[in-house]
Amino acid sequence: MTQLDYILQQIVNAVSLGSLYALVAVGLSIVFGVLKLTNFAHGDVMMVGAFGVALLAGAGVPFPVAVICGIAAAAVAGLLIERIAYRPIRDAPDVARLLTSLAVTYIIENVGILVFTSSPRNFPLPDILNTSWEVSNGAITFTSINLLTIALTFVSLLLLGWFITRTTTGLGMRAAAEDMSAAHLVGLNVNRLIIVAFIVASAYAGLAGILWAAQAGVVQPQMGFTPLLKAFVAAIIGGFGSIAGALVGGYILGALEIFIVAFLPSSVSSYRDAIVFAVLIAFLLVRPGGLLQPNREIKL
Amino acid sequence: MSREARITLLVLVALVAGAAVAFGAPHVLSDYFVRIILLIALNAILVLALSLSNGFTGVFSLGHVGFIGAGAYISGILSIPVQQKMALLPHLPTFLHAFSLPFLPATLVAGLLTALLAVVVGYPLMRLSGYFVSVATMGFLIIVNVVLINASDFTRGARTFTGVPLETTLPWVTGWLAITVFVLARLVYSPFGRAMKAVRDDTIAASAVGIGVLRTRLIAFVIGAFFSGVGGSLYAHYLGSFSPNTFYFALTMSLITMLVLGGMGSLTGAVVGVICVSLLSEVLRSVERGFTIGDFAVPALFGASQIVLGFIFILVMIFRPKGIMGDRELTFGLTQRSATVNQTEERKR
Repeated sequence: MTQLDYILQQIVNAVSLGSLYALVAVGLSIVFGVLKLTNFAHGDVMMVGAFGVALLAGAGVPFPVAVICGIAAAAVAGLLIERIAYRPIRDAPDVARLLTSLAVTYIIENVGILVFTSSPRNFPLPDILNTSWEVSNGAITFTSINLLTIALTFVSLLLLGWFITRTTTGLGMRAAAEDMSAAHLVGLNVNRLIIVAFIVASAYAGLAGILWAAQAGVVQPQMGFTPLLKAFVAAIIGGFGSIAGALVGGYILGALEIFIVAFLPSSVSSYRDAIVFAVLIAFLLVRPGGLLQPNREIKL
Repeated sequence: MSREARITLLVLVALVAGAAVAFGAPHVLSDYFVRIILLIALNAILVLALSLSNGFTGVFSLGHVGFIGAGAYISGILSIPVQQKMALLPHLPTFLHAFSLPFLPATLVAGLLTALLAVVVGYPLMRLSGYFVSVATMGFLIIVNVVLINASDFTRGARTFTGVPLETTLPWVTGWLAITVFVLARLVYSPFGRAMKAVRDDTIAASAVGIGVLRTRLIAFVIGAFFSGVGGSLYAHYLGSFSPNTFYFALTMSLITMLVLGGMGSLTGAVVGVICVSLLSEVLRSVERGFTIGDFAVPALFGASQIVLGFIFILVMIFRPKGIMGDRELTFGLTQRSATVNQTEERKR
């Protein structure tokens, strides 16, 4: 195995991981864009999607049907969370809403543990998606699910791009993100837009959760928390609230994590998550608007 | 009598009452209730430490549990008996192998080093506001967790850190609680305390009248971190053994629930929140283990107490965002004059 193959392998890994982060971060950014809410429960919506698939496929439902049901379950979960927990405090200060979303996370994870216990369950992935592929005599390997992750991220984000630039509802969502009260004044149904934002974001979370579980091979009630925190870092690196920013941030974070582990000595790379969150803090301090919103000022 | 003198008197009365509880309780109450009182007092220290920045200065930190963890590990490393240190932590630097500190100095050193850490962390972070500071301090909490897991020469990594002498008794905790309340009450109801609240209520106006926003926030953050470190040390000597995940999101969530439930702008509110949540979790925990009513057996529901606390948190956020006490203090009539002043101030708003 040559040096070049090693680097190419790491690039494949980085793109695959980055796609997952981008998918999660896009959902976070949609909600943050419209509501200015840091939605910690987004990770639990991922968990709902993945568990939905694991339970249905485990019960013999064909895998593609299970995936569609899982994504639908995630969308419903997001909708319920918005209705029950977030709508009553929509006008509360940012921090109060952030804490509420933390409490929602706490509730969902504990309910998950109560119902499913905290031990990991097998995620039944069809064999087609588990095949591994080899390039240049086995020096670079990846599985079908890696490819599928990258492809689905690409397709779903194109779809999202079309939705927010070409449809009335999508344009309305962007208007609401820009200025909620102005959007209300020009006659947009802001409530409906927020609901749509949650459905779209949660469906993305469901898809991301399913892909995450497929790569990990297991589902577990707390599985959403780590990807959520990472996606959060990705979204802030790119520019929180911006969908393009979430995409850029996701791939940068994926590359950063993979390269820390691949090219740094293990005494340093075991601190990978500390480095990642130090990057988060650095961005908040120096460039709180992220890479794509350099002019956003944060008042003291 | 001046306002400060009244508050001092009130605190002294509380101190005497606390001492009576501390020394009397073990003779009167069962071990179970003594343990509950001890945990309430310990959590009260932690929540009061949190209230200084989160409640009074308007800097909502999610990272204080990082300070608690730092305090616990620092104090633990310092106070494990020399004979056991070699076996438990063989890779410590030699100068740390040579000695072990008694409880009180170890706690003080833990508090001071934690405060120093807070200066380093707070100096950049206190520039941030609103939810940005919450997110950044949460990042700090995660970094502390990663460091505790990886600095295994000092912390035994993800394995249980054990061998800390069990020295946290009720008199120690009530003593430290009295000091915490005394210092915080003097601080919060002083000109500096007014500066803190000014920074919280309107940052721009505060800096316009000459209050150093960064300086005020940093002082509140560092003093809070000192008491967090002290509380961490007490926690370490109460548990005896713990791991990095003892000081992570679950503890953060429970401390924040106590603070928000009690009322973020009130010292007595913080204590009321601690008492409510502690008693409630104690009741729920016995429900969790399962029980029977007549012929009907309720099965064990593990994690049910966290779920209920989560719902209570959300309900408080929706229906009473200022908590049980809001900005008011429980004074039992002792500071009547200042209480009326407070009320007039409130009416003016």
